[in-house]
Amino acid sequence: MNEITTQAEVQFSEEAMAEIRRYISHYPPDRKKSALLPILHIAQAEFGGWVSPAVQDKVAEILEIQPIEVYEVATFYTMFNLKPVGKHVLEVCRTGPCMLRGADQLIEHLENRLSCHVGENSADGMFTLKTVECLAACGFGPMLQIREKYYENLDPEKIDQLLDDLRKQ
Amino acid sequence: MGLKILTEHINVPGINTFETYRKMGGYRSVEKALKTMTPDEVVDEVKKSGLRGRGGAGFPTGMKWSFLAKPEGKPRYLVCNADESEPGTFKDRVLMEKIPHALIEGMITSSYALGARTSYIYIRGELMFVLRILEKAIAEAYAAGFLGENILGSGYSLDLHVHPGGGAYICGEETALLESLEGKRGNPRNKPPFPAVQGLYACPTVVNNVESIATVPWIVNNTGEEYAKIGVGRSTGTKLISAGGHLNKPGVYEIELGLPVEEFLFSDEYCGGIWKGRQFKAVVAGGSSVPILPAQLFLKTAEGTPRLMTYESLSEGGFVSGTMLGSGGFIAMDDTTCIVRNTWNFSRFYHHESCGQCSPCREGTGWMEKILHRIEHGHGHMHDIDLLVNVSKQIEGNTICPLGDAAAWPVASAVRHFREEFEWHVKHPDKATAPGAVYRGAEDLAFA
Ligand SMILES: Cc1cc2nc3c(=O)[nH]c(=O)nc-3n(C[C@H](O)[C@H](O)[C@H](O)COP(=O)(O)O)c2cc1C
Ligand code: SF4
Ligand code: FES
Repeated sequence: MNEITTQAEVQFSEEAMAEIRRYISHYPPDRKKSALLPILHIAQAEFGGWVSPAVQDKVAEILEIQPIEVYEVATFYTMFNLKPVGKHVLEVCRTGPCMLRGADQLIEHLENRLSCHVGENSADGMFTLKTVECLAACGFGPMLQIREKYYENLDPEKIDQLLDDLRKQ
Repeated sequence: MGLKILTEHINVPGINTFETYRKMGGYRSVEKALKTMTPDEVVDEVKKSGLRGRGGAGFPTGMKWSFLAKPEGKPRYLVCNADESEPGTFKDRVLMEKIPHALIEGMITSSYALGARTSYIYIRGELMFVLRILEKAIAEAYAAGFLGENILGSGYSLDLHVHPGGGAYICGEETALLESLEGKRGNPRNKPPFPAVQGLYACPTVVNNVESIATVPWIVNNTGEEYAKIGVGRSTGTKLISAGGHLNKPGVYEIELGLPVEEFLFSDEYCGGIWKGRQFKAVVAGGSSVPILPAQLFLKTAEGTPRLMTYESLSEGGFVSGTMLGSGGFIAMDDTTCIVRNTWNFSRFYHHESCGQCSPCREGTGWMEKILHRIEHGHGHMHDIDLLVNVSKQIEGNTICPLGDAAAWPVASAVRHFREEFEWHVKHPDKATAPGAVYRGAEDLAFA
């Protein structure tokens, strides 16, 4: 993964910039800051799945706000990764209803298969294992999310198949 | 089969497209409202319908709309709350995913009623795939002339946008949601002023749940009076219930309010009973923040009357022997469930999600989580049980927003109804589960 250290090196693609402009147009001209969360999502997808300080500074520049206004938001919301992540981030729901349907076992199974703990990256850098709170799939647990995709009603066979498929990508 | 208002066409192939949705009668309410009704007439129909907010609190939607301030020269906003993060609740997501135009139609008709020229759907960021479905449907509605300038030649114009959150349960609370929509941390605001007076960008704003808004087209098409005939008493209409936990048939069901809970839980048309032939032990009926009830108190009130799926019936007995319909997030637990473990899990959730503004909530949720963790893991003391109740009382009612109460009620009710299970845990530190509760935790690799 490319380590981005300075704001000057942060260059959004043309498509991403178009998307950013589209979001900014949704709010009153003097309320550009409203586009902050959408833009952080775009930035995270654009720069390897996390928002480095340099990326956050760039977002502040685009929105004409102070960098601190971006930092305080990026740290408040759990979806923004503040450290580098693996190629695939597995976000497993651990909340009550999913627990009732086997989320604890799912997490344990993943820890074994990936040889890492929750919050860590697998040794090959392929995977990051995260737990998250309820993802609005409570009746279909245990479940996990990878990027924009939900995997529901999981069992050990489905998990192993999924990991195999992801390794091949 | 009960009457279906929101889900009648949900399984029609292609219902996510404008074309099919329109063919099934979609967008008629926009035509009717914009061409034949004044905004106030739409508000009146919603008032007459008795529709109560489906986001959890159950506040009458028409009344909320009529509180909206209408100062000259200031825009007004309608914001749809699609943050859906309450554990146990997954109905709005299913509705938006499968039949996105139902929400969009509701947003147009409701925005017209409120005089909003720009409206937002605030959707939790995790549901990016649903956001994309909505954006596609919105583009179709613009192309068909149902959004944008001068809709259907009526002179009314509306822009509708979807806004993703960033992963924070607290942003479901309406003032936190507005802060978040303004690009800030999701810290709830002190009230008053209420959003109806000072909401988004300090302008008058109505925040409504997805299901509430998606119900408005039916009311406009069929009149509020017809809607009020469905249901029982002040619980009018139909309600989406998202049923999860130890059920044979978990999923989202649309029920007519007033359905006996026993029928909902055990009949094949709905949840189909408890899975694996096990016994029904407890239920959380309205999302994780409502009090938990043991099976017998859920099926019948303390007075012995069978409970119905209504706001009133479920709350009968108050917080001593009743609960709430809330958001309709129904979590059933079989007899292998460890209530202590479940309570600890919920407590961890609220601690994790507290925004940290008020000390009773920030500190109290953390203490409750710690105490519960201690009891669950065999390090608890008898006095911890009363301490738990005490801490929950210190939080309740002493915070800026209702998240504090939402954290306190599940704990207080679990101790009230299952005290012996907590005591058993304390007395048997070497055993992870209470008798009858054979939840095996992580050591059992075969999934539940
Ligand atoms: C902590 C907290 C979380 C909430 N989450 C949601 C939510 O995800 N969706 C929702 O519609 N309402 C949620 N609410 C309720 C909203 O504050 C608000 O009452 C509701 O959106 C109003 O819409 P309604 O009148 O149509 O129900 C939450 C409230 C609190 C205190
Ligand atoms: S009650 Fe909790 S979540 Fe609500 S404002 Fe206070 S600290 Fe934040
Ligand atoms: S509890 Fe896992 S998705 Fe709701």
